[in-house]
Amino acid sequence: MSNRTVLDPRKALGAVALLAFALLLPLGITDPSRLNFFILILMGAQLGVAWNIVGGYAGQVSLGHAVFYGIGAYTSTMLALSLGLSPWIGMLAGGLLAVVFSLAMGWPCFRLKGHYFAMATIAVAEIVQILVTNSEFLEGAVGLSLPLDRSGLAAMVFLSKLPYYYIILGLLVVTVLVAWAIERSHIGYYFRAIKDEPEAARALGVSLTRYKLIALSVSAFLTAVGGSFYAQKEMFIDPGSVFAGAMSIKIALVAILGGVGTLMGPVLGAVILITIEEYSRTLFGSTGSGTDMIIYAMMIILVAVFSPAGVMGLLQDLRRHLPGAGKTSETR
Amino acid sequence: MTADILLQVLVSGLLIGLIYALVAVGLTLIFGVMDIVNFAHGEFLMLGMYASFWAFALFHVDPVIALPFTALLLFAVGVIVYQTVIRRVLKAPMLSQIFATFGLMILLRGLAQFFWKPDHRLIPHSLVSGNIALGPVQFGLPQVVAALGAVGVTGALWFFLHRTRLGTALEATAIDREAATLMGIDGQKMFALAWGIGAACAGLAGGLIATFFPIFPEVGSNFILIAFVVVVLGGFGSVTGAFLAGIIVGLIEVLGGFLIGPEYKTAIVLSLLLIVLLVRPKGLMGKA
Repeated sequence: MSNRTVLDPRKALGAVALLAFALLLPLGITDPSRLNFFILILMGAQLGVAWNIVGGYAGQVSLGHAVFYGIGAYTSTMLALSLGLSPWIGMLAGGLLAVVFSLAMGWPCFRLKGHYFAMATIAVAEIVQILVTNSEFLEGAVGLSLPLDRSGLAAMVFLSKLPYYYIILGLLVVTVLVAWAIERSHIGYYFRAIKDEPEAARALGVSLTRYKLIALSVSAFLTAVGGSFYAQKEMFIDPGSVFAGAMSIKIALVAILGGVGTLMGPVLGAVILITIEEYSRTLFGSTGSGTDMIIYAMMIILVAVFSPAGVMGLLQDLRRHLPGAGKTSETR
Repeated sequence: MTADILLQVLVSGLLIGLIYALVAVGLTLIFGVMDIVNFAHGEFLMLGMYASFWAFALFHVDPVIALPFTALLLFAVGVIVYQTVIRRVLKAPMLSQIFATFGLMILLRGLAQFFWKPDHRLIPHSLVSGNIALGPVQFGLPQVVAALGAVGVTGALWFFLHRTRLGTALEATAIDREAATLMGIDGQKMFALAWGIGAACAGLAGGLIATFFPIFPEVGSNFILIAFVVVVLGGFGSVTGAFLAGIIVGLIEVLGGFLIGPEYKTAIVLSLLLIVLLVRPKGLMGKA
């Protein structure tokens, strides 16, 4: 708590420049599919930053985050369909429901350490996917469609891609700010203590389960918000898209590739991952050829073996080894 | 009539449970020896299935005959995986260990998709086929052979671990790595051995079920989850526990599917995991 440092002016400037770039980016883009590509990057980044709160800072690797994503998507959509509620409210409701779910899920699962916690999260997500797929109330495997007749800001339905770009950019900024606030607060120190020295943290009176639950629930809320956004953008959701195991993997991958436990690592990871996905698709034809999987699997293994801190960590190492970088290269 | 159906259900639960046991035994062995969970374990099973498929498609070798080769091949795969990747993350943070085997899982799935297409494949005719009837109960001969094979392999593994010098050394490493090293046991060799044997067990399970189960790149994803439940129920690192738990999980899966609905059978098995965690976290025969 004591080393709450003053804002590094260079970093603040960098953040402002990055934000300005992101705000101005769509002005140069006329092709909607190009803009969609950047929307996908922002969506991936938002999810990765959210995942990073529990998987990176607190070191509790969840491979079942699609469960929160799906809860967000289904809650806002169901509320819009049955009560005509605005998805802005539905988004918050989905987030809260995801928090409740994350607490119920974390209670048994946090009895497991490390590898086995990760496995248990896959199991929970799988159970929920099966239940939703077989639920008549949620239209099962058929999925839910949002009506096109209402459009506008209140209904979060737009004909142009542009509003979606700015909404997800806003959500990403909020998510990054939450992660940043956690990083700088005493909670962030506890998270890192749980990750690096769980026994020592316990000995000092830090309630491991309590802080793990905090990390998971914050992450769950933000992930669910991302799910609601997805539903609004696609206007259609089904268990195979929002609750899928592949979705969970993708969320974790973004953060792992970019750099676990770093603020902007997942953003970098999303840029890399979504670009690989798009290019392997255009280079090698249709999806399902496995090339994108092979490329990012190789990257994860390399990251695991050589640079646990992801691409972000590699960049930092590089900067440290460059002459003249000096002491300012400490980034967290 | 109902009793017959129940008996039929129990028998098929037992048969599939023995397969689950064989998959889980390898997973629990690797975990027991080095505290690493192999996320790519289901993919070893997938490779075992494809080994059988290609042996049949290219050389007309029956899956049953191909089993020893499948075992050898997967043993080699396990050792190579250990030497190239796992060895390098032994002392790395836990996150790196998870990512390493998780990355392997995606890599193997991706390679399978790339080379062998995502289609479901079947082995059309094999030596063992057809049904046998025992009183009112019918079972498929391939399933019976697979289950018997699973029992044989698990039994052989148990014998190896408890009755041979090398196996005892492996078991000793699992119990206390430090002490075993002090006794002159080469830890690195034991780790490589555990990965070889673990992969071979999963590959054999794949080879055994290849005659009656569709073969596709993602087939491992379902088995790894079930094997995980088996390992937790049996107690982390316990081969005997995994064997018993495999049978229990098989019975619960089939019985639950029968009583509640087949679409829920995986959900039922996975819920069992949460129940075990709440009621008896160390499992049936766990160390801790």
